[in-house]
Amino acid sequence: MSTLSLYDEIQEIRARYPESLSAVMPALQLAQERSGGWLPEQAFRDVADALDLTPAYCLSIASFYDMFRLEPIGETVIEVCTNISCGLKGAQQVLEAFESELGLKAGDTTDEFTLRTVECLGGCGWATIVAVNNRHRLHVQAGDVPRIVAELRGSEWKEPDEPDA
Amino acid sequence: MSPTPEIVFAGTNGGALTEIADYEAVGGFQALAKSRALTPDDVIAELNASNLRGRGGAFFPTGRKWSFVPKPDKIDKPHYLVINADESEPGTFKDREIMLRVPFRFLEGSLIAAHAIESKHIFIYIRGEYEVEFEVLVAALEQMRAKDLLGAVTIVVHRGAGAYICGEETALLESLEGRRGLPRTKPPFPAIAGLYASPTAVNNVESITSATTVMEIGGAEYAKLGVENSTGTRVFSLSGNVVNGGNYELPHGYPLRDLINELGGGIADGRSLKAVIPGGSSTVILTADEANTVTLDFDSLVGAGTAIGSAAVIALDDRCCMVQLAVRVSQFYEHESCGKCTPCRVGTKWLTSILQKIEDGRGTQADMNLLVSVAERINGKCLCPLGDSDAIAVMSYFDKFRDEFQAHIDEGGCPFHGESSLDHLLAPVAMHIALPEGKAIDGLINV
Repeated sequence: MSTLSLYDEIQEIRARYPESLSAVMPALQLAQERSGGWLPEQAFRDVADALDLTPAYCLSIASFYDMFRLEPIGETVIEVCTNISCGLKGAQQVLEAFESELGLKAGDTTDEFTLRTVECLGGCGWATIVAVNNRHRLHVQAGDVPRIVAELRGSEWKEPDEPDA
Repeated sequence: MSPTPEIVFAGTNGGALTEIADYEAVGGFQALAKSRALTPDDVIAELNASNLRGRGGAFFPTGRKWSFVPKPDKIDKPHYLVINADESEPGTFKDREIMLRVPFRFLEGSLIAAHAIESKHIFIYIRGEYEVEFEVLVAALEQMRAKDLLGAVTIVVHRGAGAYICGEETALLESLEGRRGLPRTKPPFPAIAGLYASPTAVNNVESITSATTVMEIGGAEYAKLGVENSTGTRVFSLSGNVVNGGNYELPHGYPLRDLINELGGGIADGRSLKAVIPGGSSTVILTADEANTVTLDFDSLVGAGTAIGSAAVIALDDRCCMVQLAVRVSQFYEHESCGKCTPCRVGTKWLTSILQKIEDGRGTQADMNLLVSVAERINGKCLCPLGDSDAIAVMSYFDKFRDEFQAHIDEGGCPFHGESSLDHLLAPVAMHIALPEGKAIDGLINV
């Protein structure tokens, strides 16, 4: 973790580009990383201040791109690809398994989890792809979901048919 | 038909060459040394001799693209090389594996390309979702800097943030300049006025990686691989209802049925092949019969009325409802439309709505006509091909599987009765958004 302030780190990013406007996306990415995974109002003010832009301009950029989050998100973000290739391999069943295991609907956020569907993550031959905090899990099937959720909750996984000790 | 030796993935033995010493042990960076000893024009001549054509989807000859960049004495602006690593065409996952397994061959090709267009500045625009691939590239660049392989060239790896449209080259340039990814009008083409209104070559990851091999073995030798008009190898992304999905590097001209049945292990779960999307979701679908006759190269697929596109082959088995497929593909383009051109912004939503109505059993004969009408009002009427892709793909399902569309109207519902593999697939565009309890949104965003 860098010890630089957000302002100083954005100046370093800015120096990589011939024109400073190019730094707006990496600056927003950095601000998002430092604001708990989403962009509150202050993040737009900070980025705007560091790049001599307006907060409104920064928001216009953030609102265009899917990976910028304009609302609070859960500590763990689970994204299920539901594009064609994953869909053919049972992505909807994977999604529904997450919904039932987490007690959430796709699009829901709690402090702990955000569950959403996303467009093609580029892992079509290894469907279904599930991104957990941006790291991709391959070949996920609905039956794998209880184990994944238990792992993410930090609790020990038990096979359902195993009698309690 | 047996696959030829690997070109893009040469020397990997199924693994990854992420340590610079391992890459050098298989001849790494010799092509760069050879290229730098040549004039830029000689490098371009070698590429022209290879007839390497763009692997991103447009299949434009790579050497010619480089030759369009004006010579430095003709224009008083810096030259830029921009690598399009924003791989997002549904079905496509080849560039990702190239960056993961042969990052140095890719970066070597980038330096060769920079030499050819006399550029000192390389930007690699990598899609934001490729986090591990970004880390692999950054680590590879560190190793190259330690060996002083970059010379006077700077390479910046720029992360996208989730927008399919940024795979379109002018939208990518807008995004790289710090704007919303809206395509530009062409001309001027990027070769004349690209990044920061300066001469720019924009190349796909696989094209650039293949250029390394072209310089290594020579253009004439490279041209012997594959077939006429489609030289060399291609990394085909195979997905859908096959037993063994994955990337397969094959010479152009390889039979599609062999990719599916031999390398891919055939159709999974004892089902039968219904249709194939041959080059990413934007391409015209092939029926099973058509798929059995084509080879994987530009001419064969154009002859069959479709395109090689991004070489993403999606096999669909007999469980797939074609109206549901159309809904889901259209939802994707609706979600990803940048909104700049009205026919696309409005038309993709209309296509989705009409298709959903048909799927739900609320469709009438008039809706079938309306579908055709809307598609015709999108096609060819926008700055970029995103809207066209929706219209072309959806209409190909409609044309080739019209009986299935008609059955939805006649039966007042989906003839698959909930048994289709794509039944009720939840697209992001149809997802609701809920906030955590008790968390209010800041004033700036609250509307």
